[in-house]
Amino acid sequence: MEGLYAFCVGLLTACGIFLTLRGRSFSVVIGLTLLSYAVNLFLFASGRLKLNAAAVLGESEQYSDPLPQALVLTAIVIGFAMTAFAVILAMRARADLGNDHVDGNLPKLPSEVSNKSSGGNK
Amino acid sequence: MSSLIWLPFLPLLGTLVPLLSARYSRTACAFLTAALPALTLLLVLSYAGDIFQGERFQEALPWIPAIGLNLSFRLDGLALLFAILILGIGLLVILYARYYLSAKDSIGKFYAYLILFMFAMLGVVLSNNLIQIWFFWELTSISSFLLISFWGHKTEARKGARMALTVTGAGGLALLAGLLILGNTVDSFNLQDILDSGDFIKASANYPIIVVLILIGAFTKSAQFPFHFWLPNAMAAPTPVSAYLHSATMVKAGIFLMARFYPALADTNLWFLIVSLTGLATFLVGAYIAIFQHDLKGLLANSTISHLGLITLLLGMGTDLAAVAAIFHIINHATFKASLFMAAGIIDHESGSRDMRQLNGLWKYMPYTATLAMVASASMAGVPLLNGFLSKEMFFTETLHQASLGSLSWFIPVLATLGGVFAVAYSTRFIHDVFFNGEPINLPKTPHEPPRYMRVPVEILVALCLLVGIFPSLVVGDLLYAAASAALNTPAPEYSLAIWHGFNFPLLMSVVALVGGLYMYHNRIHLFKFQAQFPASDPKLVFESIVQYITHKAKSIIAVTENGSLQRYIFFTLAFAVVMTASSLMKLNTTAGQRPEIPVDALSITCAVLLTISALATVIWHRRRLVALLTLSVVGLIVSLAFAQFSAPDLALTQLSVEVVTVILLILALFFLPQKTPKESSPRRVVRDLGLASLIGGVVGTISYALMTRPLDTISTFFTANSKTGGGGTNVVNVILVDFRGFDTLGEITVLGIAALGIYKLVARMKLFMPSSDDNGLAWSTDRHPILLAVISQSLLPLALLVSAYIFLRGHNLPGGGFIAGLITSVAIIQQYVAHGVEWIKTRIKLDYQVMIGSGIGIATLSGLGSWVFGHTFLSTWFDYFYLPLIGKFELASAMIFDLGVYLTVVGATMLILANLGQLTTSERPIQKEHD
Repeated sequence: MEGLYAFCVGLLTACGIFLTLRGRSFSVVIGLTLLSYAVNLFLFASGRLKLNAAAVLGESEQYSDPLPQALVLTAIVIGFAMTAFAVILAMRARADLGNDHVDGNLPKLPSEVSNKSSGGNK
Repeated sequence: MSSLIWLPFLPLLGTLVPLLSARYSRTACAFLTAALPALTLLLVLSYAGDIFQGERFQEALPWIPAIGLNLSFRLDGLALLFAILILGIGLLVILYARYYLSAKDSIGKFYAYLILFMFAMLGVVLSNNLIQIWFFWELTSISSFLLISFWGHKTEARKGARMALTVTGAGGLALLAGLLILGNTVDSFNLQDILDSGDFIKASANYPIIVVLILIGAFTKSAQFPFHFWLPNAMAAPTPVSAYLHSATMVKAGIFLMARFYPALADTNLWFLIVSLTGLATFLVGAYIAIFQHDLKGLLANSTISHLGLITLLLGMGTDLAAVAAIFHIINHATFKASLFMAAGIIDHESGSRDMRQLNGLWKYMPYTATLAMVASASMAGVPLLNGFLSKEMFFTETLHQASLGSLSWFIPVLATLGGVFAVAYSTRFIHDVFFNGEPINLPKTPHEPPRYMRVPVEILVALCLLVGIFPSLVVGDLLYAAASAALNTPAPEYSLAIWHGFNFPLLMSVVALVGGLYMYHNRIHLFKFQAQFPASDPKLVFESIVQYITHKAKSIIAVTENGSLQRYIFFTLAFAVVMTASSLMKLNTTAGQRPEIPVDALSITCAVLLTISALATVIWHRRRLVALLTLSVVGLIVSLAFAQFSAPDLALTQLSVEVVTVILLILALFFLPQKTPKESSPRRVVRDLGLASLIGGVVGTISYALMTRPLDTISTFFTANSKTGGGGTNVVNVILVDFRGFDTLGEITVLGIAALGIYKLVARMKLFMPSSDDNGLAWSTDRHPILLAVISQSLLPLALLVSAYIFLRGHNLPGGGFIAGLITSVAIIQQYVAHGVEWIKTRIKLDYQVMIGSGIGIATLSGLGSWVFGHTFLSTWFDYFYLPLIGKFELASAMIFDLGVYLTVVGATMLILANLGQLTTSERPIQKEHD
């Protein structure tokens, strides 16, 4: 089970990172959301996986580690605030800059770049 | 608190005085400004008697005691000497500047800078802590920058100030490094500890690097060769500044540093070689260049460099007597050089020129000033009956008595005599070329004597030159002895402060210097001709070109690395992170640890497959944004299932409700953003990013696997054991949140509130593209609030609120609590917004979400403060059990009040974000259609 879990964490990380590296703000927000799933699962797993061991006294024989759970709980809520901030920033950036590229301006198309460089050689 | 702390801080207070009093007359401003430094000087002198008896005063205020950082001051002989110089000459300069500055100059600003500098300088000499010394040291660099650039409209002032700051500032950084290593080596930053562990420092392996770094700091500040070039360029400053900073105080800070650390660092071969050879080179170079200067102040500046070199050479020799001579020369040089600068300022002021090719025969016009300048100049040359003669004689004696260069040691006295010859030559030039030697040529104005009181400071200093020269032990004997003993950290050796020591070798050297210097000046034409053969090189231009070269290179490097693309930065950051992580993972021998794994079941595999498919789908369809959002929400749901399966019911509930809120948020945002992402990444970039992403995913997965398969040593047993007895709850996660780590949670809800308010501000005044149709050109549906949804959601609302109340109340003992209940309430309210629209809600639900956030954080904080009333620490909780008829036994805990604060903040923040964003869709539609 641990292997499966680790695979899922790794996959979510990879997907999140790939989308975070895209140029458009919405993709970055989605990437960050995926990445925060991965991070939360990762942090949670630092308390090790246990079945039927909720950290509620008297409910089970053994208890899972409550500390990472408490940390991740607040992390989920803060993560929402961060996603919200990022997406509103993206909207504002689009409104003020006229495009939704993370660098604030649209990248040059390959044809424009080659034109410019050949122009420079003349 | 006694008065020692006040010594530096009275002048600091005094920086305000000139700014406030500048509106009155210039004289009033000068007198008011002088009041606090004069008071400080009196305070300092009140300690003198005890210090002459060999006492040492120390005082400290704790600052950051945990890392040994105290605000700590000391007053011993050396500090006393420097404090008297700084305050005494400072007072004379204040008087002098009153007459020197013209009506156009802002005298209040000038005095404020001057007093700030005085404060910094006092801080350096009075500090008893290494870091504190450095702090004041840098403050002298900064305040001297302000003073040198006082006439900022002149290019040379700006350039000179910048050069001085660059050189001394760079040296300051080296000094900081040296002091930090020194402090760590001795394991104390207290100055006295350092001075007492000299043998230990010299034996340590760090000694060479400490010496070199500290000396770089000292040499740059004291304009030692090869860093001497900044001092002549700093002459662009007003002359009072030159008289103060570049003769008596700032350039002496480096000397002070060497004298201060003398017991800790000196008396080794390395110290001797670096310090004395640098000093010797500076002594000769400065003196030689001084002869050829045509600018009065240029001559004095180079002579200052030379004299600083002389003092450095003495400190480098490593004998106790040489150190005494060095300190004696510090006093003498300060008096005669400050008076000479002031005299040069008077000449400049009253004749309009500082060029010695124009200034001739001024004796006729200003005989009184000329007499003063001639006495001071004679002292600089080392003429008997003046103070300069005494210390120079001691210097000659010491050069004869050292043998550190082995059989080549005779070089030092010979070169010292040569330096003496140069000194006599330029001193003679200062007298003869300016006051005699024909008639003035093309002076802008007819020279005359200065105002009466402008001469007073010069008179006082020249009188001191004479008094010290004739009655040395009476006038400065005690002070010199105390200062030398403090510098050596042991009682100073026997020495004799007499004018006449009989016919001996040093006297012969003095005579040779005098005769040789006069001869050299007499035949100066040949020397000037010889010098003219060299190509003229201006160190200012060299320095500027180096600075420009470095700036240019830095710019080109920045242009390559920082092109403004965030996309690129994040790639490099991640690549660097993965390299750092992967390299340490390679040291791990096996991936799997010892801990037994849980067997895999079919349900888990199904979920994992679903997660894999939807995560990949999100990536593959990320350009179709709405689809990506839907697949993303599937991922979120499976994550919450994972939490549920692995015994984290609180997390599962939180994740589930956050998921709902997040998806609603993103769909709302998507309305204002393009619906699709254009295909613009080049295949190369896609492959590159895929590679990096997979690598990081692999690394994170590996770490996660390695972590989970290793046994856990947790601190949570404490929380589990004390949750019921200490926190009064059986849900340990909730008790951690509201009790054990309640302070963290308080911080977290504050962050949440700030984020929500930040979003509120960002949303306000946002100019939005408001699409009137979707990407395919279909108009939005006019049926915005379907009746079915409206009816059902309205009847669901009380139920949802009841559920959230239930979740809230049971939170302390069963999964639930403020965070989750808050999110559920938010979802319930949002549903009403979706079903009915903003206008409908506005009239029915009158909640001010900002007030809600504020009161939430307020309640949480107050519940924490409440425990103070009962004499407990912040956020201690209280709980007890009660009986009520019908209901039975129930528990009340103060943590529930805290949790209520959390609940209110979460609801307020979530609703503030979503309601404001949702409101945007209802405002007037813009007329123009979006362009992309």
